[in-house]
Amino acid sequence: MSDGPPPFQRFLDCHRDAVWRFLVASVGRAEAEDCFQETFLSALRAYPELHDARNLRGWVLTIANRKALDAHRARARRAVPVADATTVDARSVSDTTRAEEAVWAAVRALPERQRSAVVLRYVADMPHREIAATIGCSEDAARRSLHEGLTKLREAVT
Amino acid sequence: MIDIERSLRAGGEDDGGQAEAAAVRLVARAGAEGLADVSYGTVDSPFGALLAATTRRGLVRLAFPEEDVDEVLERLARRVSPRIVQAPAALDAARHELDEYFNGGRRRFELTLDRALIGPFSRRVLGATSRIPYGQVLSYQEVAAKAGSPRGSRAAGNALGSNPIPIVIPCHRVLRTGGALGGYGGGLERKRWLLELEGALQRDS
Repeated sequence: MSDGPPPFQRFLDCHRDAVWRFLVASVGRAEAEDCFQETFLSALRAYPELHDARNLRGWVLTIANRKALDAHRARARRAVPVADATTVDARSVSDTTRAEEAVWAAVRALPERQRSAVVLRYVADMPHREIAATIGCSEDAARRSLHEGLTKLREAVT
Repeated sequence: MIDIERSLRAGGEDDGGQAEAAAVRLVARAGAEGLADVSYGTVDSPFGALLAATTRRGLVRLAFPEEDVDEVLERLARRVSPRIVQAPAALDAARHELDEYFNGGRRRFELTLDRALIGPFSRRVLGATSRIPYGQVLSYQEVAAKAGSPRGSRAAGNALGSNPIPIVIPCHRVLRTGGALGGYGGGLERKRWLLELEGALQRDS
């Protein structure tokens, strides 16, 4: 018997947290909501035609990654600096929060492939092979992007 | 260097229900954009919380509390559409009519039904069953005859036993010849209760 996808509600309940974390990390809280809605609406539109339901998490994160790239490109066209989307009130937050915000601001400032690789690896806990499939590159290229991304983050944050 | 990787891994864990709230908004949008093929929710009843599911055509499934929710939804996903969302407001009309029925104030349902889960033979049997008036009963044999299969009372029994919309399609109004209760998907206690509610059976006192 061919198993189609599970009821959409179950799919949504299972993957909404991973998608939300991925998007907050990729585009920041302010834009995560719109990207989240677009990700799952796209998934819902394509859902009945989905015949391979074995890796739904990878599938939905691939859509989310595309929506995150769209958001970044749209922002670049508007020429809004990345940091503006994540401004925190320095007086009301602890040093740890400030340090973490600096890391995330640096993540959002990475070139797109490096950013995708870093967020998929550390926030979505994806193995390299799946990162490659999600971004649409070779496994070696995914490893390289991840390595370059981490190097840039260390330079930016220390 | 370890610090960065640690901060990255810890990222987004302070989320506090925001993903859940976003998912609720998503379901509302899916409904508004016509992308929800099946909406489900619960309906309180004297038997406990019934699971109800509706399509744009009408009520497609009503399940007793002991039925496995995942199984019910899986079957809807395979037979109707996997675009299934939890949207209790879509069941307001069904909830309203069922409330009235259980309170004794409604004798026939006006809800439209979606017979997507009912096969061709069962459709004839359940069609004949739907025409049995409130408070009256027929035998399995009589229902089989009305469905055009006079000797198929066993087959009629099977069709009634797999009624996906019990109560609204009143399979509880079908008894054995001679008046014994026969069977019921929701259990004989409930069949007796429904027949007593409708006045077809005297209440034990």
